[in-house]
Amino acid sequence: MTPSPSAPPPPSTLQVLDIEGKARGTVPEIPPEDLIRLFRHMLRMRVLDQRMLSLQRQGRIGFYGTATGQEAAVTGSAYALRPTDWVFPALREMGVSLWRGTTIREIVCQLIGNRGDVLIGRQMPCHFSDRKVLTVAWSSVIGTQLPQAMGAAWAARILKHDTVCMGYLGDGASSSSDFHAAANFAGVYRLPVVFFCQNNQWAISVPLKLQTASESIAVKAVAYGFPGVRVDGNDVLAVIDATRAAVDRARRGEGPTLVEAVTFRMGGHSSSDDPTRYREADEVREWERRDPLQRFRSYLEGRGLLRAEEEPGWTQELNDEIGAAIQEAEALPPPGIETMFDDVYKEVPPHLEEQRRYALAMGEGQKVEGAFPL
Amino acid sequence: MPQMTMVQALQDALRVALRDDPTVVVLGEDVGRNGGVFRVTEGLQAEFGSERVADTPLSENGIVGGAIGMALYGLRPVAEIQFVDFIYPAFDQIVSELAKMRWRSAGQYSCPVVVRAPYGGGIKGGLYHSQSPEAYFCHTAGLKVVIPSTPSDAKGLLLASLAGEDPVIFLEPKRLYRTLKEDVPEGRHTVPLSMARVARAGEQCTVLAYGAMVPVSVEAASSAAERGWSVEVVDLRTLVPLDSETVLESARKTGRVVIVHEAPRTCGFGAELAALVAERAITALQAPILRVTGYDTPFPYTLEHSYLPDAPRVLRAIEHVMAY
Repeated sequence: MTPSPSAPPPPSTLQVLDIEGKARGTVPEIPPEDLIRLFRHMLRMRVLDQRMLSLQRQGRIGFYGTATGQEAAVTGSAYALRPTDWVFPALREMGVSLWRGTTIREIVCQLIGNRGDVLIGRQMPCHFSDRKVLTVAWSSVIGTQLPQAMGAAWAARILKHDTVCMGYLGDGASSSSDFHAAANFAGVYRLPVVFFCQNNQWAISVPLKLQTASESIAVKAVAYGFPGVRVDGNDVLAVIDATRAAVDRARRGEGPTLVEAVTFRMGGHSSSDDPTRYREADEVREWERRDPLQRFRSYLEGRGLLRAEEEPGWTQELNDEIGAAIQEAEALPPPGIETMFDDVYKEVPPHLEEQRRYALAMGEGQKVEGAFPL
Repeated sequence: MPQMTMVQALQDALRVALRDDPTVVVLGEDVGRNGGVFRVTEGLQAEFGSERVADTPLSENGIVGGAIGMALYGLRPVAEIQFVDFIYPAFDQIVSELAKMRWRSAGQYSCPVVVRAPYGGGIKGGLYHSQSPEAYFCHTAGLKVVIPSTPSDAKGLLLASLAGEDPVIFLEPKRLYRTLKEDVPEGRHTVPLSMARVARAGEQCTVLAYGAMVPVSVEAASSAAERGWSVEVVDLRTLVPLDSETVLESARKTGRVVIVHEAPRTCGFGAELAALVAERAITALQAPILRVTGYDTPFPYTLEHSYLPDAPRVLRAIEHVMAY
């Protein structure tokens, strides 16, 4: 069965900017300097993705998953949060950390897995976490972060903090039992959590219509007793509007919201897959017209906030910053063998101390040739 | 010193923890108003409120995943799984998330969650209220696995688990919940983790056991004494990280080792113990290492007493190694 191209967002989907970048709805209140910050961050994500994918293609990092086409959903949702709010990301939310203060150098070090990596090489690329910006370590297991976001929100309420927790998921994760467990608990206890779904239409090769027979993902919230809203995920202003409302509602103690941002993954699931095997070029072309960056650029130019000649300079700055980060990161050595045995427990127990001594005595192992996935 | 059953001792531990530490919370199915199906949490919701002693929806992954989030944020949750047989929906949260959070975040985040669950047979519980899955958790780096065998240890080990910084799978031998009353110290009584206990001293044979197999092994050791054999019973108390020193010291002293657990034999924790003794103390041994375990079958309802190791079966194994 050849899946048909994903339909454009239906009319019930919240939209502020049409695909030409003209304001059709009420524009949320955002200071002009923030509008430029948002645009530049989306640009930053796009350029970083291009550079990192090319680094992967050159064999200099092992794996990469781009968020190209999803910059508005990532950036707009991050903008709606306070620095004290907690983020439970999935694969495509590195841009959220970046927005909150993780540096490009830190990200490049994580992708390489070297001694400068906050995670000292323990996780695959794009599995970043950064305590200083309150983003929690992600595993590769789909949906597991959602009950954790719910639990952290529960803790915040017990401790009488006004923290909101944001649990990110993709369309595929909406089928996981953890999504339903998290939504159910969040509804029962009216917890200050927002579930933000980047519905990018494809879970690797499985299209949305094989993921669910529901009319939308947002509608699933109804069964758990809280609102679900569907928003054009390629419209950064609409994303901000919807996410802000959800975050404010959570902070007021009125409980969770499920935000479904309808977007599209322009690239493969990761550097390891070839999307032409399972989806039609027509569908991709249709979504190119909806590009979030172009749409926002048109809007800002229309309002006279952005001049076309400014952007090449910004792109150049970004490329310089990324180039310098790569150079620095590639010069750093891999983490020492001894680090493998730390952090399994708070204190290293005797059996691990013994294994560490053994591993150090054995030294560097034979390199296994091969790339992920074989 | 008050006399308590294991259920009362566990409840006392939770009460002490809830009173002393405002970040301790208890969550699980039926733990609130009903006080837990085994009454371990009886009265705690009335005393500490429904926010800190919370009845949850029937969803083990929600309970453990939620507890992980709470711990990340700064609480110290005690998550109860009603019977360990129902833990599998939460297995992913336990082995993929709870166990690995500290390591995969390079120490940025930690999850001091205690997952309490009644385990083991001997209560006419049939297949799904009797199993002993400790080996699954012992095989996962990052978890501590604790199994008490007495009321006093139950309290002390639970309070020590709650005071630690690592996730603990705390398995309670439900068959011993009410069989024995003993003196249990009042207030904050802790028993350090990773420290085995010599439950009965002896010179000629070591029996390694934990949980409900400890009294069974002690009974077998008493019978052995009538036949002139001096048998030492070591109660492991913590399986991971194991107190291998106490195990090896006893094995070297006696030269004979029998391992008892009610979990199935293949890849059971006994296999790890046997390997440890063989690697480190084989030259001190005078007889093969024997295991007395549950069978490699599902747990039977009607035939549970044929399945579970009992004192005569342990004695047979002692007899066997004493013949060398």
